[in-house]
Amino acid sequence: MSEEQEVVTVVNAPVYLQYNFTAGAAPARFLAQLKKGKLTGQRRAEPEAPVYSPPRGSCPASGRPTEQEVELSDKATVQSFTIVYIPIPGNVIEPPFVVANLVADGANISFIHLMSDCDNSEVHIGQRVQAVWKPEEEWDYSMDNIKYFKPIDEPDVPVEKIGKLSVTGQEG
Amino acid sequence: MSQPEVLNQAFELGYTYTRSTGPVIGRFFTELRNRNIVGIKASDGRVVVPPMEYDPDTAEELSEFVAVGQQGEIVSFAWVKEPRAAHPMDVPFAWAMIKLDGADVAMVHCVAAASEDAIATGARVQAVWADETIGYITDIRCFKLV
Repeated sequence: MSEEQEVVTVVNAPVYLQYNFTAGAAPARFLAQLKKGKLTGQRRAEPEAPVYSPPRGSCPASGRPTEQEVELSDKATVQSFTIVYIPIPGNVIEPPFVVANLVADGANISFIHLMSDCDNSEVHIGQRVQAVWKPEEEWDYSMDNIKYFKPIDEPDVPVEKIGKLSVTGQEG
Repeated sequence: MSQPEVLNQAFELGYTYTRSTGPVIGRFFTELRNRNIVGIKASDGRVVVPPMEYDPDTAEELSEFVAVGQQGEIVSFAWVKEPRAAHPMDVPFAWAMIKLDGADVAMVHCVAAASEDAIATGARVQAVWADETIGYITDIRCFKLV
């Protein structure tokens, strides 16, 4: 063995898995509405049934189909959040950035999205936010149609009310 | 609600692992980079290729590296009619257990052959080196029939 050369101590052993992802009926419906600039959820066809967004087609509590589509507001409440300081390989967003669980007005379950146009140190649970959409000509079947959510000047939602607002927000 | 169109999208999940070789496989790869193949001597005198860190029978630590030949004999093989994207060749080839000259156990690698009929158990093969070696098993591009 030649001594001048460095001894091999590590090897690159990447694994790449290629999927063909099919959205399924309920998420496809949700994405088709997003393409039109609308946030929607689904519920069982019952008056007090909870609204799930993004919908998966069935109610996780009862297993029954969510047959009714509900249009949601693009205003939401921060249910929880995290500030990311460590860069994630392949992610174009530069840290620090805020990732939050947000509940849209009219929905009873949170989805994950970015918060921006805000002071990271002032982000808090119960904070009111609204979607900042991309220009309409860029809308696609994607949650990325919403660039991020930014804080709005509305009073905080008490913790016990988070996830329980109607589509009209705090007024409802 | 109307039935939406079916939405499909390609999606790649990648794990960019870097693995530590340990001293023995590290030495094997380092030797491959220099276009040499080494095995290791086990407690019963057998030469094991690729080398292993511990004796297969006694579990004692092994350290006696032995250079083996770049030619060997096919012990068994499987012909791949339709190579897939991850395979080392884009034309039909064989995966083979190859017992290199000076080794006592066979090592798996790929063998280039014109057709399935051209290859047989017992056939002699020779290592074909990659143009540029990096210290990995693919430094041996394939084995060819001699």
